Amino acid sequence: MTTPTQVQDTLENMLVGRDTARFSWIPRRWYTHLVLIVSCAVIGFPLFYALLVSTQTNSEVYAYRFLPGSALADNWNFVFNIAHIGNYMINSALIAVTVTFGKVLLSLMAGLAFVYFKFPGKWLVFAFVLVTLMMPTEILILSLFRFVNSLGWGNTYLALIVPFIASATGAFLFRQHFANIPAELSEAAQLDGATPIQFLFRVLVPMSWNTIGALTVIQFVYVWNFYLWPALIIQGQERQVIQVGLRTLAGGDVSTSYGPLMLGAVVASLPPLIVFLLLQKQFMSGFALSRDK
Amino acid sequence: MPLAYFLRTALYEQCSAFSLQLVHNWYEIHPSRLHTGDDTMNTLLPFIVGAIGALAGAALFARSFRGKQRAVVGTAIGAGAGAIGALLLMLPLDFCMFDPERKTADVIFGGILIVVGFALVTLPTRALALRFLLPRPTIMRGESGAGAYRGAVLPWLLLAPTLIVLALFLYYPSLDTFRLSTLLSRLGAPRTAFVCVDNYTRLAVDSDYINSLIITLAMSAAIVVIGLTLSLGIATLAFQPIKGAKIYRTLLIWPYAISPAVAGVIFLLLFNPTGGIINYFLDGVFGFKIGWLNVPAVAPWAVIIASIWKSIGYNVLFYLAGLQNVPNDLLEASAIDGATAWQRFIRIVVPMLSPITFFLVITNMTYAFFDTFGTIDYLTGGGPLSSTTTMMYRIYQVGIQNNDLGKAAAESILLFVIVIGLTALQFRTSERQVTYGA
Repeated sequence: MTTPTQVQDTLENMLVGRDTARFSWIPRRWYTHLVLIVSCAVIGFPLFYALLVSTQTNSEVYAYRFLPGSALADNWNFVFNIAHIGNYMINSALIAVTVTFGKVLLSLMAGLAFVYFKFPGKWLVFAFVLVTLMMPTEILILSLFRFVNSLGWGNTYLALIVPFIASATGAFLFRQHFANIPAELSEAAQLDGATPIQFLFRVLVPMSWNTIGALTVIQFVYVWNFYLWPALIIQGQERQVIQVGLRTLAGGDVSTSYGPLMLGAVVASLPPLIVFLLLQKQFMSGFALSRDK
Repeated sequence: MPLAYFLRTALYEQCSAFSLQLVHNWYEIHPSRLHTGDDTMNTLLPFIVGAIGALAGAALFARSFRGKQRAVVGTAIGAGAGAIGALLLMLPLDFCMFDPERKTADVIFGGILIVVGFALVTLPTRALALRFLLPRPTIMRGESGAGAYRGAVLPWLLLAPTLIVLALFLYYPSLDTFRLSTLLSRLGAPRTAFVCVDNYTRLAVDSDYINSLIITLAMSAAIVVIGLTLSLGIATLAFQPIKGAKIYRTLLIWPYAISPAVAGVIFLLLFNPTGGIINYFLDGVFGFKIGWLNVPAVAPWAVIIASIWKSIGYNVLFYLAGLQNVPNDLLEASAIDGATAWQRFIRIVVPMLSPITFFLVITNMTYAFFDTFGTIDYLTGGGPLSSTTTMMYRIYQVGIQNNDLGKAAAESILLFVIVIGLTALQFRTSERQVTYGA
């Protein structure tokens, strides 16, 4: 649908002779490209160099060769068959997928209750959830450690999953999104005799893929990157996550061999990078919707 | 049903273990506390403090309700809230800082805690009272009843998992951190001793602690200011309608997915003193090397650079989203009026982006306070000479490595107060400066 202002804008653009609808604020000069290319290169360099080093031996690293080295097979063998990085990766994947899926589901349920139900004490529940936005887990990590241990969950997957499966962020993301959906939809659904649960999965979920995508990216990256909590609560290697598991490759202060360490770092970054790049569009538009309040 | 039986038994055992633990925890404070001498003052103190709180609360609410309806009810609620607030932190502590053997600093600290408790209760209560006692002019969306389902049980079932997890794993540990901060407690040791506010007052004279406070504030200021300036510049360029803009955007925002720990690992390679590539470049081009990881004055910059690199993707992403809200007509009009590109950027774009900047300052500050832990742990381990030991890193060192849970809990509470204080300060200053675009 075009509004009068849009028509006016288009006419104006045609009169002034602009080629695109969007106005360029900065004179289009070659140095815009130059600065952007340099920025991309500087930002990309650390990972690119890590990728190169992951194929090199330590002596090749110290020779500063900007070419793939000779040790990829050795490094690969060390990382996966001796340090068992694959085991840590599986643990991280298990936890990240479970928490992400659980949190999306719980947040959808909370959003449904907040927007489509009237019940006594709603504002109190709302305040109860809202206040947790101000409580960073890191600050209460010592008490959480004692409490989770007292439940007998020390050194289990439960300790990495259950405390993080609900959050105010997710609940409010969906509350915001549902509040922008016209009320006529739920009225129509009620007339058709749909139960709230049917309404959630048949009507709301199909309309919420962008928000679900955004929350999936945030949560997957957040959980995959857990470091302090698993380092505290998980002992031994069997159930440890990848971010802490990289420690086994770092060796002592002097004896670090950089090839395997960098291969481990690159491999550890692939899953969140892939999830992020695949869901980039949903992530951006999910935020564009919820950003303005 | 064996399964149902099993579940019920397991649940019962878990719950009863938990509630026993709770009761045990709250009662173990008091037996260790020694009441010495006759303390008529100590028995009177709660009543005096409660009465003063009630008076102050009544005065505060009477002022807010002046000239409005239901002023008497409001004042009465204010008196109750004031009394509860003044006693909120004092009753669990049993007014220990006013015992005769305590120093002046403890008494002052006690006074501050009374005021804090008062504010914690009265301010939210006042907001609620003003909202619910006075006739409401507007009806919020979602409460109008349009399209709402009716039901007493279902909304609670939908919310129950969220509420239970938040209560058990956020609210309970928060309260427990307060309690822990008044104890002398060791990991794994069964006994604890109540030490009143000693864990806090010990920190005031602990030069290592003061040092970590300064390092944390300085490092987060650098991360926020440098990181946001760079991100805004890059995002503005990448937003222009130029060829390949989409590719540029993807190549700029991917570090969002990299973990702080991996950032530490990669920069360990780049900065390392013997074979680091950055020193190789510096040596080749300028003829000098920098002891990135072993000179105390430089090591914080290694952490700052790694952290900015890791967070730049997130910042650029949000600035790109924010730039879409800057109205084109305004920019075109100012261009026609003869404003240069730089003037348009400073006078129009930056002010229009201030809500996003405000949001990013808070998230980057939180990132600098807490999430740099992984980077520091891999890159410097808090050294050299504690020059990169942030407050969060110190909490881990004191609580886990030195096994002093009470002191670490007190540091956690102070860190929490600082974060909340800085955020509140942000809100206050931004109320005047932030432009909320249409």
